[in-house]
Amino acid sequence: MRGASAHRIIGRVAAVAALLLIRATCADVLPDDRADLFYSKYSGGGMDITGESALVRKNFTENLAVEANYFVDKVSGASIDVLSQASQIKDERIQKSGTVEYVHDKTTYTASVISSVERDYRSLTSSFSLKQDMFGDLTTLSLAFSNTNDKVGENNGTALVPIISWLGHAESQSYDIDLSQILTKNLIAGVNFNVITDNGFLANPYRSVRYLDAGTPKGYSLGSQVYPDTRTSTAIQTEAKYFLPYRAAITGSWRYFRDTWQIVGNTYELDYTHPISNIWILEGRLRYYKQNHADFYSDLFAYANEYEFEGRDQDLAAQENYTIGAKATYAFLPNGWKIFKRATVTFDVSRITFHYLDFTDIKYYGLPQFQPGDEPLYHFNATVFQIYMSMFF
Amino acid sequence: MRGLIALLLTGAVLMTAACGNIQPWVKPYERDRLADPIMAWDRDAISSAYLDHIRESREGSRGASGSAGGGCGCN
Repeated sequence: MRGASAHRIIGRVAAVAALLLIRATCADVLPDDRADLFYSKYSGGGMDITGESALVRKNFTENLAVEANYFVDKVSGASIDVLSQASQIKDERIQKSGTVEYVHDKTTYTASVISSVERDYRSLTSSFSLKQDMFGDLTTLSLAFSNTNDKVGENNGTALVPIISWLGHAESQSYDIDLSQILTKNLIAGVNFNVITDNGFLANPYRSVRYLDAGTPKGYSLGSQVYPDTRTSTAIQTEAKYFLPYRAAITGSWRYFRDTWQIVGNTYELDYTHPISNIWILEGRLRYYKQNHADFYSDLFAYANEYEFEGRDQDLAAQENYTIGAKATYAFLPNGWKIFKRATVTFDVSRITFHYLDFTDIKYYGLPQFQPGDEPLYHFNATVFQIYMSMFF
Repeated sequence: MRGLIALLLTGAVLMTAACGNIQPWVKPYERDRLADPIMAWDRDAISSAYLDHIRESREGSRGASGSAGGGCGCN
């Protein structure tokens, strides 16, 4: 029962995760077998989301590996949208994925399928990627494609007694070209280029537009969002990682994004990694993001159906956010135990501060000092906590 | 137009010739630092994907957040 656009990206993110898990390894030799257990908790903006995941990866031959992942996340709480227009949320999503990887010489082929199911949303993503090492292994080129089909619904009942209305379908295609280049003995750089096209039912059925209405006590009324039924986005990211003289690494990246809804976003990240002997790896990171609003977004329309397309989804609003994060990885079982060669446990915490620049906090409405459109801008803090254990065998 | 075609053909020939002679300027035995786990683009893909999911659920931007991966030439 969360945002349609949020749901739509789940499969795509999972596909990228599956591909990244493989691409994170170095090259032409399959990585170790592994099993991972993952727990996460997100708290912020009135929402609590817990995630639990298990992953198993097994090499069947020197060239062929299979991976399976099971992920459950549970949502509860009341976001700003809920406080201003609807009942509380309680929902669960189950995601299953399977990935096959095949290595031949300097080329790695990967195929994966991801299914995501919740009572008012279905999503199925299939993806394929190819990775090629070139020029004495100084250069790695990756090409990836994924296709996602979604079925979008709305719960018109309650959290306990749902009544689902299916509103439509959406599909998207994602194309990636990634290049990684060794520049010196201490420096590696990368460029990632991505294009995504969507079409179908792209709006979030749980969010509404509002427009001035002098005939109501609040001074405004709510109406349905109407999104364009197509969207194409382009993103390019450049990044560089440098090995410092005292065995630590620093990473910087910049991503530029724009789409046919006229959203332009810039993301800047800085990451510092510091190992302590071969037992601990400590990491700190900073991230800043800023975007302008979509061309059909408005916090308050002048009247009902003022434009052909209208949206008041906070994802589409002008905004900026800051993230500060820290991660600690502890390696244990250095000499192995039973079938396990080694293991790690990781703690990760992030604090994100969201500031919206033209999305107001309308749950304040009703206090006499605020007229429609004069409410304070919405902002909130979120904390993301993750703990996971990886065992290699 | 002919000049442009000639220029492109010359460039293609030079590039082809150059490709045949490319030698790694960072030799395999010089890549120990690049092979260090702290130099991996993404050590924890599930965790990174989860954080990406959180961000993409709240931001208009999407895509290209994955690292190119590989390329460490450490094998």
